[in-house]
Amino acid sequence: MEEMAKYQKFKKITLIVNRFSYDVYVDANMPLLWVLRDELGLMGTKYGCGAGLCGACSVLIDGVATRSCLLAAGNVTGEIMTIEGLGTPAAPDRLQETWIKEQVAQCGYCQPGQILTAHELLCNNPAPGDAEIERAMAGNLCRCGTYPRIKKAIKAAATGPSSAANENGKL
Amino acid sequence: MRRRKFIFTSVSAAGGIAIGGYYLAQKETVPNPLLDTLAHGELAITPYVFLDIDGVTIIAPRAEMGQGIHGTLALLVAEELDVPFSQIRVIHGPLSKVYANNVAYPKETTLMRMLRRGGKIVGWEKIKEMHPQLTGGQSSTKDGFVKMRKAGAAARMVLLKAAAQQYDVKVDALRTSQGKVVLPNDTAIPYTALLDHAKDIAPPTDPLLKPRREWQQLGRSQPRVDMISKCTGTAKFGIDVRLPEMLYATVKFNPHIGSKVKWFDDSKAKSMPGFVKAIAKLDGIIVIATNTWYAMQAAKAIDVEWESALYPTETAAHREVVSKAILNEQGGQVVNDGNVDAAFSKSEIIEGTYHVPYLAHAAMEPQNAVAMFKNGQLDIWAGHQQPGKAQHLGAKIAGIFPQAVKMHTLYMGGGFGRRLENDFISFAVHAAVEMRGKPVKVTWSRESDMTHDAYRPMASARFRAALGNATINALALDVASPSLFSSLRRRDIGIKNDVPERLDKFNTAGVGEQPYSIKNYRVTAHKVERLLPVGWFRGVGESQNVFFHDSAIDELAHVANADPFKFRLSHLEHDPSIGVLNAVAQLSNWESSLPKGHARGISYALSSGAATAQVIEVSKKKEGIKIEKVFAAIDVGIALDPRNIEAQVRSSVIFGLGAAMYGEITVSNGKVDQTNFHDYAVLRMNQIPPITVHIHESESKIFGAGESGVPTAAPALGNAIYALTGERLRELPFSKSVTFV
Repeated sequence: MEEMAKYQKFKKITLIVNRFSYDVYVDANMPLLWVLRDELGLMGTKYGCGAGLCGACSVLIDGVATRSCLLAAGNVTGEIMTIEGLGTPAAPDRLQETWIKEQVAQCGYCQPGQILTAHELLCNNPAPGDAEIERAMAGNLCRCGTYPRIKKAIKAAATGPSSAANENGKL
Repeated sequence: MRRRKFIFTSVSAAGGIAIGGYYLAQKETVPNPLLDTLAHGELAITPYVFLDIDGVTIIAPRAEMGQGIHGTLALLVAEELDVPFSQIRVIHGPLSKVYANNVAYPKETTLMRMLRRGGKIVGWEKIKEMHPQLTGGQSSTKDGFVKMRKAGAAARMVLLKAAAQQYDVKVDALRTSQGKVVLPNDTAIPYTALLDHAKDIAPPTDPLLKPRREWQQLGRSQPRVDMISKCTGTAKFGIDVRLPEMLYATVKFNPHIGSKVKWFDDSKAKSMPGFVKAIAKLDGIIVIATNTWYAMQAAKAIDVEWESALYPTETAAHREVVSKAILNEQGGQVVNDGNVDAAFSKSEIIEGTYHVPYLAHAAMEPQNAVAMFKNGQLDIWAGHQQPGKAQHLGAKIAGIFPQAVKMHTLYMGGGFGRRLENDFISFAVHAAVEMRGKPVKVTWSRESDMTHDAYRPMASARFRAALGNATINALALDVASPSLFSSLRRRDIGIKNDVPERLDKFNTAGVGEQPYSIKNYRVTAHKVERLLPVGWFRGVGESQNVFFHDSAIDELAHVANADPFKFRLSHLEHDPSIGVLNAVAQLSNWESSLPKGHARGISYALSSGAATAQVIEVSKKKEGIKIEKVFAAIDVGIALDPRNIEAQVRSSVIFGLGAAMYGEITVSNGKVDQTNFHDYAVLRMNQIPPITVHIHESESKIFGAGESGVPTAAPALGNAIYALTGERLRELPFSKSVTFV
């Protein structure tokens, strides 16, 4: 009963994630990252640092790459896309296909964040050069050294026809 | 695998036991662990090959932490089994002694086994149980090279015989191709159609292997088996485990690593959302809640008084202990050729002292584990490099036999040696015991991960040398760093804290075995008293000792006015070493002149027995030093998957460079200062130079590649900086002395 009392004080928060609508009853200060992972079971978005320093928690909100570890659930406006919404193993997004073709990942933990950040970059800049790629991706850490292949995959994806996502990064 | 009763006859079990690779390794009969959970329609041929209606699953019982070992081990099986790599599924599989890493672990002698078992009966447990299923030290490919192929070949033989029986044909008239047995009339029977007959056939004990020239898949780059899942966010890491009724926890740590809690007050936490319980264990308070964030918030509201630090509270004190140790007269001599002292008495001595700091592993996935203690059984889910040890310690904490502990080993978001430890396992098991019946996921914050590591040791070294005719006549190296094994013993539960320091092979790995021809050569290791907890880091002892050794060689080359590349060559007779040095010299155009403001440095070392070399080109910019290009060559003996090898070389070079340039863990007031990526810098995309890799194949034996670029990275960079600026940097990280752009 004490447990229930703790929860009843939370207002309902409605989140649109990968085009599904979810109602959650959590402390409005809970970072979106932990709502996605612990409440909704969407494990593709990763916890790396909790301080916006590593990019592993990156999601797209209305097409904008956002650090979900720093965004309170109660402050979310817009539609959220996680890596699960971009593509699936059976039907990967074109950028993911390029990632797979270039064999980018090693441990793979940082890659969902890398891919979503790269997705935003390519939506805004279909043919970025080295400096623009480095600037856009500087906030996404990788400890396995996949940076050269990430860069290569972004360039390879850039030279193709424009991506399946519309201009705002929404599907 | 479905958990239904195993109904096949035990013939395959008996035959399975006799399989070449692991039979030779196991004196005692270890049953095929796959048989425990075999269901109708499933078949296990050897502990490595599982078949069902869906196809072939290969057990690759090593930690997949990004190095691609699951693919490489599976490829070895797939080649001999004649099944296309794209058709197989790969899993880690269960924990079992059958999966021992015979390279990393010396085989237990009969005497030791008898002493261990006998001792246990009378309560004398001085001889520790071994936990040989281990991933580390670039050993998995070496360990699996023959045994995985034998498993594949044995399974193929069984399937051929099954087809022979099923179709009443002679085995000699059959062949295999693409996962199918081909009959004399060219009908192709998929392996999955042969399971019923195959179950009664004993696998051969020592099947013949294909000669290298017949390899169709080995030697070619393969798409990684985990690539699609890792590019779609569906790959499951330890931190991603999710179970019904699971609770979430974090650890509020004593900033003084390893020291206990004096008292704590969780009254404020009790009224916070999601809070369930807080318990003091080991050097922290496990805070259990209904969501990881609730646990982290509740942790902040807990008042604690901590026990003080068990080690010196300031970095300077640590540095003093380590740097004084190298001046000790006595030490453990690892090499003592010729007569160094006599040679020194006749010559001018060149000397230098080097220092390197503690390093954090800083894997992207913070430490975590899930555990559940229900009905007397303990289940542990974690990415772990030595699951047998985790099982053993989990059993101790839960007060049950190890047989009642089931390990589930998942992908790791980086290992680098950190997931050999058992602290993250212990906290999860304590939480599971406390919340009996419910699974608990314990996730460490990044801050906890960084401040409660088992660090790469702080180390110091002094070299003294004498030259004669542009040759090294005498070289003495004194190295000092804390012992990994002594530190480990203090951390294992049940071992009292008063473990005396001793020297272990990791203190001198990288200096004792470099194959230079030096007439008078002495390497001495010195003990260092208890400091921060230290553990296995990518490159281990080589990560500091090759920096010491190769920088010393480079200094001597310059004193002798010799070309550093030719100087190293002139002291080497080991062909693979000469091969990799020549390779990087060629790749980097070593002989050619560089534009003004550019310079090159070269380095060489054996890394886990394999010859490696690196050349780094740097340039002087207005704002600082820029790393222009890196060239690396490693000897793998035989290249099984060139693309993956290259990826590991690049990966380890970048890892080593980042450490050399910026890596440093310091201590103030007994607390580790660095808490997150803002004060423990790791390399970002814009800091990566082009890295060109040459794979050398000496074909003498097979070597791994996972750590290969780490040992030579720091010295190559230091040697390049010297060539550029004339300043010899003897302390890491280099950013203390120069600015990198």
